[in-house]
Amino acid sequence: MLQRVYDWVDERLDITPMWRDIADHEVPEHVNPAHHFSAFVYCFGGLTFFITVIQILSGMFLTMYYVPDIVNAHESVKYLQGDVAFGTIVRGMHHWGASLVIVMIFLHTLRVFFTGAYKKPRELNWVVGVLIFFVMLGLGFTGYLLPWDMKAYFATVVGLQIAESVPLVGTLTKTLLAGDPEIIGAQTLTRFFAIHVFFLPGALLGLMAAHFIMIRKQGISGPL
Amino acid sequence: MSDEQNHNVSRRQFLTYTLTGVGGFMAAGIILPMARFAIDPVLQAESEGDMKAVTDVSELTDTPQRFDFSYEQEDAWNTSEVTETAFIYQSGEEIVALSNTCTHLGCKVSWGSSSDHPNQFYCPCHGGRYEKDGTNIEGTPPTEPLHKYQVEVREGTVYVGKAEPQV
Repeated sequence: MLQRVYDWVDERLDITPMWRDIADHEVPEHVNPAHHFSAFVYCFGGLTFFITVIQILSGMFLTMYYVPDIVNAHESVKYLQGDVAFGTIVRGMHHWGASLVIVMIFLHTLRVFFTGAYKKPRELNWVVGVLIFFVMLGLGFTGYLLPWDMKAYFATVVGLQIAESVPLVGTLTKTLLAGDPEIIGAQTLTRFFAIHVFFLPGALLGLMAAHFIMIRKQGISGPL
Repeated sequence: MSDEQNHNVSRRQFLTYTLTGVGGFMAAGIILPMARFAIDPVLQAESEGDMKAVTDVSELTDTPQRFDFSYEQEDAWNTSEVTETAFIYQSGEEIVALSNTCTHLGCKVSWGSSSDHPNQFYCPCHGGRYEKDGTNIEGTPPTEPLHKYQVEVREGTVYVGKAEPQV
């Protein structure tokens, strides 16, 4: 049945070369854990991507109930976690995934560093990877405020003080992030929400596309 | 296909089956909680619209009178006070409570407010009119009778539930 649907589409659109070009590649022996178990270190990039997909999915579903408003934010989080079926699970996925994605991206960075995979001709991909790492940290920072509880609030107070301590542009950066030179409140929450669900994910998708196109173009670096 | 060797599962087939199975299980584990989370409003048990106390039976006459009543409405994390209006009168043994929302375009009707038609409900927006029992009058804009509240009398107090269409 599925085969016939596929054949029907393939006959008309010739989709086989498309997915083969994306997915059908031999895994080099030194990257394949089936050959050398220690090659599992090459999985961390893929795991980072896998968790990123989970983060995007669970985040999309969370916004069905969440509102970025100082009066209702905490109440809506309480509602979606306590009263909606599987709310604890979906919020839990986003919560734990957020930490895990940082762990995975860090392990991936270590692997690339210690196998020397960043060297010529892959320097640009290292640069893009570091940018992705910064975007991830930004996502973690902005997402942390959204539940609008005490921990979220004071973590953001500290985070914004760190931004403020930067010479010359510190005050400017802080005001730009918080939406007000003094108050961390209504405008901070909406700004952080917008950054968290639109700006940074947009940047992330673009950077990931560049990351993957480059690795496909250049191939995986050779064995040690 | 009846050869004995074809009963063997090839390595490729075995891998296809196990990987699809495990992958499908993992995907389901991720997708199902989110799907259930999203469709929760559909599966929430419909709240049995509580009956709200409106007035004493002794207040009622055979002329429709306006009664406002308020109740708390729970909408996820937001609880608010909602006020509704009913026109209630006694028709023999029966107590009739009609919604004041015009069935034409939702303006608010009132009893006898048109001096030309003192014994009818009248809507000021487009001149829609209704008989005392809520039946819409032919030739005026409304296409169906005023909605009727479920009514219950407990210990001399009139309670109303949800307003429902008469037709």
